[in-house]
Formats: sequence, C-alpha cells, structure tokens
Amino acid sequence: MSTISVHDTHHDNHDDHAHGHHHETFLSKYVFSMDHKMIAKQFLITGIIMAVIAMGLSILFRIQLAWPDKTFPILESFLGHWAEGGRIKPDFYLSLVTIHGTIMVFFVLTAGLSGTFSNLLIPLQVGARDMASPFLNMLSYWFFFMACVIMMSSFFIQTGPASAGWTVYPPLSAVPKAIPGSELGMTLWLISMVLFVASSLMGGINYVTTILNMRTKGMDLWKMPLTIWAFFLTAILGILSFPVLVAGVVLLVFDRSFGTSFYLSDIVLGTQILPNQGGSPILWQHLFWFLGHPEVYIVIMPAMGISSEIISVNSRKPIFGYHAMVYSLIGITILSFIVWGHHMFVTGMNPWLGGVFMITTLIIAVPSAVKTFNWLATLWRGNIRFTPAMLFAIGLVSFFISGGLTGIWLGNAALDINLHDTYFVVAHFHLVMGSAAIFGMLAGVYHWFPRMFGRLMDKKLGYLHFWVTFICAYLVFFPLHFLGLDGVPRRYYAFTEFEFMQKWLTVNVLVTWAAIIAALAQVAFLFNFFYSIFRGKVSTQNPWEANTLEWTAPVERIHGNWPGEIPTVYRWPYDYSKPGSDVDFIQQTTPFSETMSSNMPHDFEGNEEAEEIQKQWDAVNKPSQTAE
Amino acid sequence: MSLKRLISNKTMAASAVLMTAFTSTSAFAQEAAAAATATAKPIDMTPIYKTTLFYVLAFLLLCLFVAIIGKALKVYELTRETEGKGKGINWDKINAVLFALFLIVGLYGVYWEYTVHGNMLLPEAASVHGVKIDEMLNITLIITTIVFVATHIVLFAFAYMYRYNKERKAYYYPHNNTLERVWTVIPAIVLTFLVLMGFLTWRSIFYKIEDPNNKPISIEVTSSQFQWDVRYPGADGVVGRKNYKLITAINALGIDFNDKNSMDDQVADEIVLPVNKPVRFSLVSKDVIHSFYMPHFRVQLNTVPGMTSYFEFTPTITTAEMKVKTNDPSFKYLLLCAKICGTNHYNMQKAVRVVSEQEYKEWVAKQVPYLTNDLRETFKLPLLAEPTAAPAAADTTAKDTTSQIALKK
Repeated sequence: MSTISVHDTHHDNHDDHAHGHHHETFLSKYVFSMDHKMIAKQFLITGIIMAVIAMGLSILFRIQLAWPDKTFPILESFLGHWAEGGRIKPDFYLSLVTIHGTIMVFFVLTAGLSGTFSNLLIPLQVGARDMASPFLNMLSYWFFFMACVIMMSSFFIQTGPASAGWTVYPPLSAVPKAIPGSELGMTLWLISMVLFVASSLMGGINYVTTILNMRTKGMDLWKMPLTIWAFFLTAILGILSFPVLVAGVVLLVFDRSFGTSFYLSDIVLGTQILPNQGGSPILWQHLFWFLGHPEVYIVIMPAMGISSEIISVNSRKPIFGYHAMVYSLIGITILSFIVWGHHMFVTGMNPWLGGVFMITTLIIAVPSAVKTFNWLATLWRGNIRFTPAMLFAIGLVSFFISGGLTGIWLGNAALDINLHDTYFVVAHFHLVMGSAAIFGMLAGVYHWFPRMFGRLMDKKLGYLHFWVTFICAYLVFFPLHFLGLDGVPRRYYAFTEFEFMQKWLTVNVLVTWAAIIAALAQVAFLFNFFYSIFRGKVSTQNPWEANTLEWTAPVERIHGNWPGEIPTVYRWPYDYSKPGSDVDFIQQTTPFSETMSSNMPHDFEGNEEAEEIQKQWDAVNKPSQTAE
Repeated sequence: MSLKRLISNKTMAASAVLMTAFTSTSAFAQEAAAAATATAKPIDMTPIYKTTLFYVLAFLLLCLFVAIIGKALKVYELTRETEGKGKGINWDKINAVLFALFLIVGLYGVYWEYTVHGNMLLPEAASVHGVKIDEMLNITLIITTIVFVATHIVLFAFAYMYRYNKERKAYYYPHNNTLERVWTVIPAIVLTFLVLMGFLTWRSIFYKIEDPNNKPISIEVTSSQFQWDVRYPGADGVVGRKNYKLITAINALGIDFNDKNSMDDQVADEIVLPVNKPVRFSLVSKDVIHSFYMPHFRVQLNTVPGMTSYFEFTPTITTAEMKVKTNDPSFKYLLLCAKICGTNHYNMQKAVRVVSEQEYKEWVAKQVPYLTNDLRETFKLPLLAEPTAAPAAADTTAKDTTSQIALKK
C-alpha cells in the first residue's frame, strides 16, 4: 500500500483532498486511520471478533439447554464461580442470553455490518475520495471500540454482566436487588450503549452527508447502486431513532443512580417498599422499541442492499424493478417508525393501540414481499455464477422468506397473545435478523474482500462454509418454532421444572449439536479470511466483472481512492447482459457514445439530442447489427 | 516434457498428495500426542476433561482432513488445466445441484417437522376466544405455508435451472410494471384480510360487553419474584382495594382491610375455575414485570408494577375432560411466567384447575379469608372469637395463620 499523492487539477468538486503529503506512521495508518477503507476494515475485524464472542456465548447456553443435568468441569475452569461444579448458574445463563443478544444486534449487525460496508462502499460507489468528515469517522470507530471494551469488561466484575435480557426492561434492570446483573453490570451496559449510540450517530451523519454532497459527476440519486440506497436510508433511520434510545438510557441511569422514578412505581421487594412513585415501566418499552424496531431494519436493510447488488452481479442480470426496490426501502424506512407497538401487544398497553400497531405492522410486509419477489425475478433466466458471495445472498433470500412469513403471525395481535415471548419469537427473529442479516454480511465480506485487501478468498472453503452454515442454521431455528407453538417461554434456564417441556429436551440436543457444528464451520471462514489477507490469490481490478464504481479504482487501494480524476458516471449500475453489447457488463463509467449498439430509448431519460444521435446511428448500423 | 507427463499422471499426483498428507498427519499426530501427554501429566485427567481434549483433537483432525481434500482438489484442477481439458471442477453445477437437493430434502424436512413436531403441540384451545385464535392461526399457517413452499421452490429451482453456462447470455429484464403491481397488490389483499380478521378477534378479546346475567368472576393475581399470589373475591364477588404501601410481613399483598370488599377476600394456593363461566383476572405485580401466561387458554398479559391490567375469558373444558381428550392422565393446566423476571424465571408456576360449577362452589367455600386476627389488630378491626365464625371458612384462625405462613414461604 503506497501513498500516492493526489494532485487533482481537474475541474472536480472534490479535489481538495490533501492527504498525499504527510508521512504515514503505523499509528496513523492502522490505528487512528482516517481513511474510510481502513476504518471499514477496523469495523469489520472488530465486528468479527465480537461475533465470535457472541457465538461462543450462545454455545454455552445451548449446552445448558441441551444437557441441563450434566456437568462440564471445563466450564468451571473457564467461568469460575458462574459455573460452579461445571454447570452454568441461572443468573449467568440470563447474562449469557442478554450479552449474546446485545452484541449480536448492536455490535455485530449494526456496527459490524453498517459500519463496515457503509464506510467501505459509500465513498467508493458514489465516487468520493473519502467520507465527508474523516475525523468524525475515525471517532465513530473508536467510540464503538470503547463500547465493545466496556461491554466485555462486565464479564470481569464480581456481580457479572447485565442479565435483564437485551431489551433491559425496568424494573428488573433498574433495581439492583432484583438480579445480580442489575448491579454494576447494568451500569456498564448503559455506558457502553451511550458510547455505541454516539458512534452510530457519527457514522450515520457521515454516511448521509457523503451520499448527499459528495457524489461524483453524473451520479444522480437514481444512478446509485441499491447498496448505497440501503446504507443511506439505514443511516437516516439510525439518526432519527438512536437518540431516543439515549434518552431512554439516560432516564434509566437516573432511576438507577439518582433516585428518580421515570420507570418505577409501586415496587416492593419482599417487604421492602421502594420510595419510587409515579413512574411507568411501560415508558421504557415505548422508548426502547421506538429505536428497537427501526433497529431491526437498520440491521436488515444494508444486508438487503448488499444482496441485491450481489444477486444482480452474479446473475449477470439487472436487478429486477430497481425503482420498486428503492421505493420499498423507502416504504420500510417510513413504516418502521410506526410499528414499534407490536412488541408490546400484551404489556397491558391500551388494546386500542394494539389494533393500530397490528395494521401498520402488517402493511410493512408488503414492501418486504415486493423485495423478495424482485429478487426471485432477478434470478429468473439469469446466468448464475455461484461465487460464495452469491450463495450467501441466495441464503439470505431463503432466510428472509422463512423468517419474514412468521412475522405475519407475530404481527397479528390476536395470535401474539399466545406466541409472545415464546420460542416462536426466538425462531422468527433469528431467521430474519440473525441468519438473514448475518448471511448478508458474509456475502458482503466474500464479495468485497478483494476491494478491501486486494486478494481473493478461497472459494472452495467459502462453499464449505456456506453449506454447513446454511443447513445448520435451519436445523437450529426451524424446530424452535414448534417449541413456541407448544407454549414454551423463552429465556428459561432449564426445561426441567415443567412436565410438558420434557418432550422438547431431545429437540434441544439436536439444536445444540447443529449450533455447535455451525459454530465450528465458522472456523473455515475465519481461517479463510485471515489467511487470505496475507496469502490469498491476488485479485484483478474487477474480479466479479461488476459495473459499480468501486471496481474502477486500482487494486492497490490508494488513499483518495482514484489516482487522478474521479471517474464520471453515465449510466445506472445494472447494465448486465444488455442486448447488443459484446460483453455482459457495461460499467457505470462507460458513456453511451461507446455503446451505440446496445443503447435503449429509455437510457436517455428524455434527452432529445442524444435520442436523435442514437436514431441516426441506428439508421446506419442496425441492419448490419441484426445480421450479426 | 516429462515433468508435465508426470504431473498429468493423475494416480501419481493423487498418491503424492496422499503421501504428503499422511506424513504431515503422522507428524502432527506425534506433536499432538506429545502436547497431550505434556498437558496431561500435571492435571488430573477426569474422564470429562479427556473427552473435551478428545473433541478438540477430533476437530483438528477434521480440519486436516478438509485441508487434504482441498489440496487434492487443487491438484486435480491443476492437472486438468495443464492437460488442456478446460477448468477442472464445475463448481457452478455442483452448487446448483446442491440447491436442488437442498430443496427436495428441505421440503421433506418441513413435512417431517409439520407432522412430527407439529403433533407435539398444545391441545385444542380450552377457552372461547382461544378457539377463534386457533382458527386464525390455522388460516395464517395455511397461507404462509403455501407462500413458504412456493417461493422456496421458485428460488432453488431458479438457482438450479439458471446456473452458469458459458454459451448462454442472461435475459436483460430490468422491470415489468404489471408484474410488480401484481405482486404488490396480491400480498396487500391477503394481508388486509388477515388484518381485518386479527383486528376483529383482538377486539372481541379485549372489549367485552358485560352480560348482567352472567357476570364474570373476579380473581386477582399478584406476581412477585418468583410466585403468583391469588386472591378470590369472597362472597361479595368483589376483590377489595390494596395498596403497596400497606405491605408488611403478615400482609404480603398490601390488602387494604378498611375497604369492606376486602374483608371476605380469600387466599388460594391454586387457581380453580368453573367451566363455561367467564372469569376476569386483574393482574398486577409487586416487584418487576412478569407475564401471566396460560398457554392452554391462549391467555397472556404482562403484570406490571403500578398498573393493573385485565384479561377476561371463559374456560370451556374441564381438567378431567382434557385428560380424556389428550389421553394423558397427568394433564394439568398451567400458569407460567413468560417475561424474564430474574433467577428463577424458569420455575415460576401455579397449578390451574378447571372444574364443574358444583365442584367450584365446594372448593371455593373451603378457602380461607386473608383477614386474620393479626391483621384485624393492625387495622384496628374487631377481633373474632377463637372458634371463628368467618362466613366462608370453617377452619380455625390458627390454621389460617399457618396457611398464611406456608403461602409466604
């Protein structure tokens, strides 16, 4: 990676980039880097590490669920008093599920996914030298990093990590005596979350600004790849909803530490009457889910954008219904703000509201359905190259269908009465959020790895990774639906206390084994990833023969992205297999004057002069064209 | 070129790979064994620990196996290339076939799940509104299953049919407004239908018009870590007021006995409901949020400190009838907690029984009132004579206190 000075003397709006002169040290290049590509890699690797940790936690509690009466002395050697005698304690079990959820939702699927790919792709795909504010971008990563460290540090304190579930409903999370995890662990959770939201906001503001202000010449909004649309709308969602979580978190901090009563009222522990009066625990739920529901779209929309792009590239076909894809993303963005109440149907919220939220929730299924059908139509009559990225993108579609459909059950308030807080919910969101979004992220890693590291990942290991993970994810989450339909509540430490749950113990063993195998399959990915960074096959500039702008930048990944002028964009990003063209892809930077044989009337967007030129050219050349 | 000929000899190549692999395996195995003995000596090798190590070694061996296969495939592909037979393995075809296989096996798996695990679910709904919920659940199940199966067939069939072929060019098909309109409108219609049905059912559950001839029985349930306290209304049919500030060791629920309605309220250590009679549960929590979940009746509502919520429903099947229906002599209705509430969340239960009207009357007559002489003293109410004349309870007050203590425990 050499530093090539960028002296942009062309008539370009973004030629004020002046990073070429200073000397890069290890610290400025790899640690406090302000280069969006390096920050993307920092987000990705931190995200991967956090994902491995969270996956490890899930294996721990899966072991407890599958073999509630067996002891595993090795657990005691690692976990000490939290697994005395080789069995995980109930309090620690709840900590495990809480931290697993928090890490996966926030640190992996928000920061690891959006942070990585928004940072990497926004400047490269819209044609910018870097983010609007590289410094803010750097801060964004380091706030995220601190959030991770603080969250993990709660494993090293006496009372253990937060354990009120990832939604940390007060009073359980507010009253330290209610559960050990609500002592210092909960405070750390809240501090970590504030830092995380700060990071998220700095990132989001950067993404929106860059997309709105720093697009290269010719890149109007309707020429942006769907990835950029997804990142753009995701960032807007984040900016509008994350501050609400901070508000909620601050109030919770006040309740916990300063004796206020925002969420607390009428509470008696044993016979000790707490002085708090007048608050409402339901308030927290409103504030939390006002973020929490957009949050699940913050998680899935970038994955949708990534897989739209990958499916189109590898089917060698334009994405079907580009405009519909964008409008459905916009629809999801808007609707996601008014559906939060479906998490609260049975909280005792006014039933009238339940009815309203049910309607809005089921409406949001329509844009989701449109996206699914459009992906299917993109595959139709394509010429599909099964790169590992493509496999994961197809996996995403499958999971999104499976998990999305059960959303129709849960969004229905009347059905939710019996399904709320059961394993059915666990199955639903692990398929639609856990599996689908993770697959989107993995697809993105395989696809843009050459863009990040200049090398290719091994595709055979990628295939192995995909197939084992895909099959095991279904084996893990599909049977869980039936536990939920049988009325087994989630977050149960053991199924031993209820006779009717005994019959699910064998299923738990199956699920745990599938989870273990899936976890081991990730070793194939981790090895592939880290090995390929250093020893992978060197990539060509455009290994997937894709149209988007990032593949016009040199493999060397220079600071400032393009030597010389930033390329100009002339067309939309999905001209694959265009009739009349010799090659099956036409990059966005190719002007229509170079592709006279394949131009179509609607390409000119009503530019009469261009249409006239095309008409004249057709009159001269078309007969020979048809003969060919 | 003799070298080329040598490489092109596939058996030679394969055996070379296997040779190198074997040598590395044995070398590795020695290393591993050495490491194992080294670590084994100072540590007490309990059998479990041994198995942990065994699994680790097995996994490493598996990794090695995968690496060998990977190398062999690479050699095979290289030889194909040097022989000029084009690219070695058609991975596009393999993946396409795997998708097709996944579809077939997966569909069978779904069928198996539906028939096997699908038969292990809750028995039929034991309440009036539960039947409606189940009907809607079935309709939703049918619709979503159709969509699930159809879209997956399309997805994986397309993946198989349109796998990469050098000769073919993909069909440039950027949009079709009619098609897009169709698959926007159809889901919209189906969802409208589901929304309407759900909305009406939801309303019918939470907006009950009271029938003056069939007034619901009021029962209050108070949750706390990790127990359910049940209060029956007594002869007046009204559960009296309570106030959390009145909670003491002897008045665990904080019942306000200055309210006349509280005087005859009864303690119950199980929930007994008469069949075909509406019951109205008022739910409140003492400490954290819990969830009042009775899956057999399709009833769930959170209990929230500082806020009373209500759920009214009518049980329709007695426990005895359900034992026959489910062919399970040990069948029990259950109340469990569905909202994470602390350490013993997984074991916060209460027995529920549905009985005939007659049995209910007999049972309820035997339940003791909350108001004991100790409490009378606290509330400055006239004490009862030693052989108690409490209207519903035949037991002695002494017994009352013991059962109170038992309950608190």
